[in-house]
Amino acid sequence: MAETPQAAAKPGAPDGPQDATRWRTRGTGRKSVRTLRVRTSAAVVALAVLAVLVVPPLVQLDQQAVDIGNKLAPPSLSHLFGTDDVGRDVLLRCVYGLRVSLLVGVVAALVATVVGTAVGALAGALGGHVDRAVMRLVDVFASVPHLLLGIFIVALFQPGVWPVVASVGLTHWVSTCRIVRAEVLSLRGRPFVDAAVSGGASRTRVAVRHLVPGVLPQAGLAAVLMVPHAIWHESALSFLGLGLPPHQASLGAMVQGARGALLAGDWWPTLFPGLFIIIPTLAVAGLAGAWRERLNPRRRSELTL
Amino acid sequence: MTGLPLAPMARMAGRRLLYAVPVLLAVTFGVFAIAAASPFDPVKAYAGTAGFSASQEALDQLRDSLGADDPFVTRWWDWLTGVVTGDLGESTSMRQPVADVIGERIGWTVLLCAVAFAVAIVAGTLLGVLAARRRGGLLDRAVTSVAYALEAAPPFWLGLLAVWLFALQLDALPAGGLTDTGTDVVSFGQVAEHVLLPASVLAVSQMPWFVLYVRQGVGDALDEDPVRGARSRGLAERTVLLGHALRSGLLPVLTLIGTRVPELITGALLIETVFSWPGIAAATVEAATSVDFPLLAALTVLATAAVLLGNLLSDLLYGLADPRVGFDG
Repeated sequence: MAETPQAAAKPGAPDGPQDATRWRTRGTGRKSVRTLRVRTSAAVVALAVLAVLVVPPLVQLDQQAVDIGNKLAPPSLSHLFGTDDVGRDVLLRCVYGLRVSLLVGVVAALVATVVGTAVGALAGALGGHVDRAVMRLVDVFASVPHLLLGIFIVALFQPGVWPVVASVGLTHWVSTCRIVRAEVLSLRGRPFVDAAVSGGASRTRVAVRHLVPGVLPQAGLAAVLMVPHAIWHESALSFLGLGLPPHQASLGAMVQGARGALLAGDWWPTLFPGLFIIIPTLAVAGLAGAWRERLNPRRRSELTL
Repeated sequence: MTGLPLAPMARMAGRRLLYAVPVLLAVTFGVFAIAAASPFDPVKAYAGTAGFSASQEALDQLRDSLGADDPFVTRWWDWLTGVVTGDLGESTSMRQPVADVIGERIGWTVLLCAVAFAVAIVAGTLLGVLAARRRGGLLDRAVTSVAYALEAAPPFWLGLLAVWLFALQLDALPAGGLTDTGTDVVSFGQVAEHVLLPASVLAVSQMPWFVLYVRQGVGDALDEDPVRGARSRGLAERTVLLGHALRSGLLPVLTLIGTRVPELITGALLIETVFSWPGIAAATVEAATSVDFPLLAALTVLATAAVLLGNLLSDLLYGLADPRVGFDG
C-alpha cells in the first residue's frame, strides 16, 4: 500500500480536473459571488489577526476581571457575549482564547510545514532508497489517528504549550511531505532542471535554486490550510483536558470550562468560543481556495476539506 | 457461486496483512520509544497513590518486576511476546487486564460508530443528491454552506450544543450515559434511547465530507453521456437521477468510506467523552489523563489496525465497484 486511497487519483473520484464552464454559468453573478467570498474571508482574517494583536495591549482590560454581580449574565449591551460562571466577559475571553489558539496553531503549522517540506523535498530529490524509506515512514505516521497520537504524546509529556505544539507538528507534517514530494518529482522532469544539470550545476545548487523555489507556493498553501487544522486539533486536546493549562485558556479549554454552565442551561459561554473556531476556519479556507485557483487554474473546483 | 473475484481479493487481503505487520511493529516501537523519551515513570504509574506510602524496597522490587530499568527495546520486546500470547498487560488506571477493558467496551463503540455511519450515509446521500440536482440553486448553496461550516465545527462543541438543545431545552433525549441514572439494567430500549443523540452528533460531524463528495459525484454524473442518453430516451427525471446519476456517482464515494476511519476514531474520542459513553474511545481519554501506558499503547495499536483495515476494505470495495482498477494494489 504505497498511498492511501485518498491520495491515489482514481477515475471517477470527485477531485478530478473540472471544466469550469460546467459549473453554474450565470455570467457575472457567479464571479461577483466569488469575489465577495474572497473579500469577506480576507476581512475576517484581517479582523481576527488585528483583534488578537491589537486588543490585548490597547484595551488594557484584564480578561480575568470579574463582574461579581453579573455571573452568567446573558448577552447584553454591557457584555455582548454575556459573562461566564465567575463573571468574566465572554467576548474578551474569546479574543484572548483566539490569541492563544492562533499562536499555537501558527507555530504548530510552521513546525509541520518545515518538517514536511524538508523531508518531502529530500525524498523527492534523492529518490531511490531514501525515497522508499521516507514513504514507508509516512505510511506509518498516516496509519495512526492524529488526535490519538497527540493524546499519547501530551499524556506522557504533561500538558502544556510545547507538547501540544509538538504533537500537532509531528502528526501533521505527513500531508505536506506528500505534497512537496510529488511537486519535486514533477519539477525534476522539467526542462529547466535538465538545463541546469547539463549546465554543470551541482546537486545542491539545483535543489536550492530550482527545486525549493518551485515547491514554495504549494508548501505555503499547505501551511496556511494547516493553521485551522492545528487550531482544531489544539482545541480538541484542550477540551479533553490534555491541552493548555487553565491560565492560558484557549478556545477549546473555554468550551471545557463552560460545561457546568451549559448543563445549568446557559448556552453563551459554550456557543461563542465555538463560533470563534468556525468562522476564522471558513475564512482561511475561502482565502486558500482562491489561492489554490491561482496556483492551478485548471482545477478550480477541487474540494477543500 | 457468488460471482465475486474471491481469489484476487484474498490475495490482496493477504498482501495487505503482510504489509500491516511491519507498520504495526513500527507503531508499537514508536510508542515505546516516545515513552522512553518522556518523563513518564511506569513504577509510579503502577503503584498509583499507594506509591507515596510504600517503602523504598517495595518500590525497588516493583521496579525490578516491571522491568522498568531495562532499555526500552527490551521492554518493547517483552510486551510484543506478551501480546502474541494474548497478554496485553495490566491497566494501571482501571486495575484490570487491558484485554478485559477493551473486551468490555469495544462493543459499545462499535454500536455507536455503526449507528452514526448508517445515519450519515442515508442522510448524506439524500442531501448530496438534493444539492446536486440543481447545482448553484438555493438548496445547493444552503447545503454546501452548512456542510463547510459543520466540517469546521469541533465535534465536542456540536455535542454540547446538542445536549443543551435536545436534553435540556426540549427534554426529548437523555444527556449521556448508557442507561438512566438509578438503573443498571442494560435493556434494548434504554440503549436505543441513549445511543440516538451521540450517534446523531457523530453522524453530523462525519457527514459534511460525505455530502460534498456525493454532491460532486452525482453532479458530475449528471453531465455525462449515459445521463444525456437516458434523458434523450425520454426517461423520467426521477429515474435518471436515481437510476443513472446516483448509481454511478455514489459508488466511488461509498468505497472511500473505509479511508475515513481515522476521522471516525477522532470523532468518537470526542463524542464519547461528551456523552459519557462507556466505549473504548472514552477509555482512551481516561487512560491519557491518568497516564495509563499499557492501556494507551494497546489502544493506539488497535486504532492503527482499524485504520489499516479500513484502507483494505476501501480498496477491496473499489476493485469491486470498478473492475478496471483490479486488486493489484
